[in-house]
Amino acid sequence: MAKTHVSTTINGEPAEFLCEPYETMLDVLRNNLGLTGSKEGCGSGDCGACSITLDDRLVCSCLMLGAEAEGCEIRTIEGMAEGETLHPLQQKFLEMAALQCGICTPGVLVASKALLEKNSNPTETEVRFWLAGNLCRCTGYDKIVRAVMDTAADLQEASR
Amino acid sequence: MTDIQYMAPGTLDEAVGAFAAGGDTARILAGGTDLLVQMRAGMLKPGLVVDIKKIAEMNSIDEAADGSFTVGAAVSGAVLEEHPRFGKVWPGVLEALNLIGSTQVQGRASAGGNLCNGSPAADTVPAMLAAGATVMLQGPDGRRQMPVEDVPAGPGRTNLAPGEVLVNFTLPPRPPGSSDAYLRMIPRTEMDIAVVGCGVSLTLADGVCTAARVAVGAVAPTVRLVDAAADALIGSRLDDAALDAAAAACSAACDPIDDKRGTIAYRTQVAGVLLKRTVGIAADRIKGA
Amino acid sequence: MNEMSNKWIGQRTIRPDGAEKVTGSATFAADTAMAGMIWGKVLRSPHAHARIRGIDTSKAEALPGVKAVVTAADIIDFPVDTPVPLGIQDMRWMCRNVMAREKALFHGHPVAAIAATTEAIAAEACALIEVDYEVLPWVIEIEDAIKDDAPILHDFVEFDGKPSNISGKMEHKKGDVAAGFAGAEIVIERSFTTRPVHQGYIEPHACLVSVAADGKTTIWSSSQGQFMVRAMTSMLTDIPQSHIRAIPAEIGGGFGGKTIIYLEPLATILSKKSGRPVKMVMNREEVMRATGPTSGSTSTVKIGARKDGTIVAAEGTFYLQAGGLPGSPIRGATACSFAPYDIPNVRSLGYDVVSNRSKVAAYRAPGAPIGAYPVECVLDEVAESIGMDPLELRLKNAAKEGTKAAHGPVYPRIGYVETVEAALAHSHNKAPLGKNQGRGVASGFWFNAGGESSAQVNITEDGNVVVTTGHPDVGGSRASIANITAELLGIDYKRVSVLIGDTATIGFSNLTGGSRVLFASGIVVTQSTEKVITSLRERAAQIWDIDADAVTWENGEARPAGDNAGKFAPLTLVELADRATETGGPIGAGVQLNTTGAEGGFATHICDVEVDLELGIVRVIRYTSFQDVGQAVHPSYVEGQMQGGVAQGIGWALNEEYIFDKDGHMDNPGFLDYRMPIFSDLPMLDTVMIEIPNPKHPQGVRGVGEVPLVPPLAAIRNAVSDALGMRFYSLPMSPPAVLEALNAKS
Repeated sequence: MAKTHVSTTINGEPAEFLCEPYETMLDVLRNNLGLTGSKEGCGSGDCGACSITLDDRLVCSCLMLGAEAEGCEIRTIEGMAEGETLHPLQQKFLEMAALQCGICTPGVLVASKALLEKNSNPTETEVRFWLAGNLCRCTGYDKIVRAVMDTAADLQEASR
Repeated sequence: MTDIQYMAPGTLDEAVGAFAAGGDTARILAGGTDLLVQMRAGMLKPGLVVDIKKIAEMNSIDEAADGSFTVGAAVSGAVLEEHPRFGKVWPGVLEALNLIGSTQVQGRASAGGNLCNGSPAADTVPAMLAAGATVMLQGPDGRRQMPVEDVPAGPGRTNLAPGEVLVNFTLPPRPPGSSDAYLRMIPRTEMDIAVVGCGVSLTLADGVCTAARVAVGAVAPTVRLVDAAADALIGSRLDDAALDAAAAACSAACDPIDDKRGTIAYRTQVAGVLLKRTVGIAADRIKGA
Repeated sequence: MNEMSNKWIGQRTIRPDGAEKVTGSATFAADTAMAGMIWGKVLRSPHAHARIRGIDTSKAEALPGVKAVVTAADIIDFPVDTPVPLGIQDMRWMCRNVMAREKALFHGHPVAAIAATTEAIAAEACALIEVDYEVLPWVIEIEDAIKDDAPILHDFVEFDGKPSNISGKMEHKKGDVAAGFAGAEIVIERSFTTRPVHQGYIEPHACLVSVAADGKTTIWSSSQGQFMVRAMTSMLTDIPQSHIRAIPAEIGGGFGGKTIIYLEPLATILSKKSGRPVKMVMNREEVMRATGPTSGSTSTVKIGARKDGTIVAAEGTFYLQAGGLPGSPIRGATACSFAPYDIPNVRSLGYDVVSNRSKVAAYRAPGAPIGAYPVECVLDEVAESIGMDPLELRLKNAAKEGTKAAHGPVYPRIGYVETVEAALAHSHNKAPLGKNQGRGVASGFWFNAGGESSAQVNITEDGNVVVTTGHPDVGGSRASIANITAELLGIDYKRVSVLIGDTATIGFSNLTGGSRVLFASGIVVTQSTEKVITSLRERAAQIWDIDADAVTWENGEARPAGDNAGKFAPLTLVELADRATETGGPIGAGVQLNTTGAEGGFATHICDVEVDLELGIVRVIRYTSFQDVGQAVHPSYVEGQMQGGVAQGIGWALNEEYIFDKDGHMDNPGFLDYRMPIFSDLPMLDTVMIEIPNPKHPQGVRGVGEVPLVPPLAAIRNAVSDALGMRFYSLPMSPPAVLEALNAKS
């Protein structure tokens, strides 16, 4: 059974890989491409730990076949910082202790970034409902929500 | 799992040809939010996966001159939400599609997949039924149309013929004074499968209901159109007596099961509660428009 | 010793492992890989209860790509008649839990495992293993398991002289409850049930094991204790501990569920047999079906009081599910249930009940939430019946310094009273409630632990600090340890690096659990740092040619103690490090101790809920927790523990439960239908930290991680009672249950 050859773009760089037709994008990222920042918490799209963006759309990489990446633009947690400069969300998460064990953190950050790019001034309710597909068992969500809203406020301020 | 083939044809004819030739084990892939979950759970071992997302007709959203909408079967909730007009005309259908799963799931899940997956609890189906939507199917023998309510055949099953692919939904032109709503009961605030779903489409003229369609989901082997509920609303001013009668009709239409998501008694009672709330939302939308 | 100015203690510093975590580069166990790695998969019992008559693996072994097979025959047996304790576990049960021996005891119980070149081949091979099962009747619920005619799981378990599913009993007594109740003016007795719930860590169990030809074994795993991993793997495989190096990967949540092992011994044997590194990762379904959720329970609590609110007698009987093998947390349930109170007559009795569900593992204050829930609910009814504020009732009967707890100890300085007073005084307690809203309160206690810990503090040649400690970091302990070290040395926090050692690089350290990591590692890190400071003073003394006693250490430098010592310019850490060789060699010290002095923690919670009367949906709309946290070395991570425990409690109270189908299989083994709280379900979770330093700890640390899960079950239930004017006696209070109760009322 021949593998599928896929050409795609990951975090702004061209990428090529071979995968089995049944392998998910998450499998490919983690096992074929060494991009282990996206995590598997459930494999069924219920926890968001595998979140990536696909052509700027927030999706679960466990719900996508690797083969579907052909010709698309994929962004993962590994592409969020620029060199050694953390994205404001990443920096804020550290400052406000918006993580404990850190396993959900990549997914939450990717999802939060997608939120702020769509809605630069979300209310608490909007943050909570946007992120409802990201499970966290450690924090009770409080500090994460505060960090996202604080970052939104900072970015608004900076753009004045 | 080791002998799956994947293809992403650019035309519907190619897709239908391959899908029909693929036989029993061929599956259509749109958003993948049901298919991949089932594959992963070992419930399904497709031989051929036909990815339809490269087919223009399945991804388009068109508003015709008569005000009807045609929505491609593969259009995701996130994309549909960004259409400047659809949500204004069909807020209930839109909100149903965008209640499925999470933001991540809504980035992929399609109304076509939601209907064809055949879950009795599918969120879009009550809204589509209430809307009076029709679907266009294309199979080896050509094209045909079907009212949405004729598609579900039972849990996990549809009335699509072998080799038939769902192409798009058509939602009829809207008379003035119309709106719709979809509401569901879930234990948490997001993410859950509907324990009960209710779709209502209404037309009001001077406060009197001149047209209505009501559908309930997750309370029977297939989503149910509840004519008796609609009849109770039509001609009324949506007063308490009419709402009570419509609610009772919805509860009477229930034929649910006890499962890990709800009990027969719970679902039956909640169907009536949701009917009233859903009618209220649709009516408010009309008044507020 | 350096005087603490709290320049770093109490500061919200950035955790040392933080950058890795937010960029996705931190290595969790499933992220590890090695050249030549193959994949392991587990074959699990399809039956809830079955005798295993034989296993034929020949077809599986013949499949191309299969490199090794393991069955119970490969795992060291611990005969059932001889207890073999390891911490709170017993190896007789561990060896049967990692792989079924005589019987499959729950649906999902491992029966064999395969290693193959791909995951897909390993899974296919598992399906080719033929197991001859004699299917047996099964029993899961406690009331079914204790019936006279219940199917008996183990012929070696006896109670009252006959075969039984009651595999243990524990009792605490104080005073004379019969006399106490006789003197009570009000007696309220109620019975309660709770369902099993899972710790719900987002990261499934995972490990990578490589066994060399000489038996030298390296294990990377997600665990709450690399020394436990080493010890258990050694005992189950007969590979000596000295041959095993257990490396803790970053851990994606544990909450107690990773204080035992499941995959490591299987992967070890597979690696040994195949000569290849073996990676094993559970999927979510395996985690839910086959790892250890906490007990479901049935309990009865009786409280007697006088009309002035004095509690005169209390009695509790708690039955806890152990799962397929003995060992439910009856200790936590029986001891913690009445612990916040000074009651003269108490009897607390616990029963361990085996049944055909997965074996229980620890879950955040194991047993205590189960024991506290009925007590805190009955206290609410006592308060109502005498017309007393429920917080005032607790205050009136509060345990204090000198109170003898029913479970034995006499309390030293504790902060329970302060938590109740803070709750009474807080604006939350006085805030008005709207329609269909209600407020509930509850308190809780957890023992906290000390135990073994090791640390090493080494000064780098360029004058900074590397601290190595022994406990996996689940909640930000590295940040707190860095705070402590920076404070003691008087240097900038950023100059301290904190690492978690593995079994080869750090001395024995007990589990991450028991709310002990900061307590225990704080002590050994402090002592190690003090030794380093002594050494630094000695080096300076050498350089200045004065007595070491005449040298002090302040703000990161050695100074002459006074004018008499001589006029010397201070020597900084950097300068002394630079001159280490000439002054005696490497500068560093390590300490290994069995730490003591941990004292219990207390909390009081206030919860507001709103109920949708037509749908039976309960939403938590406001929550404040008050906890005696000792010195909060890093306040953000203390708050984080409080908030995380509350969130788990909300899930346990409202929506989480194990649902079993007619075949004894878990019906909801995924995050879709095992409903944990999501972002949109919860409000902000307010915390009030009451800092009463623990006098037995150099930084005044008290354990904080577990207490937060103890009060929520009752706080939420009491809030629902207040909102609806009716009381619930079972959890979860899910919408169908609430609506049914509302229907019955009207």
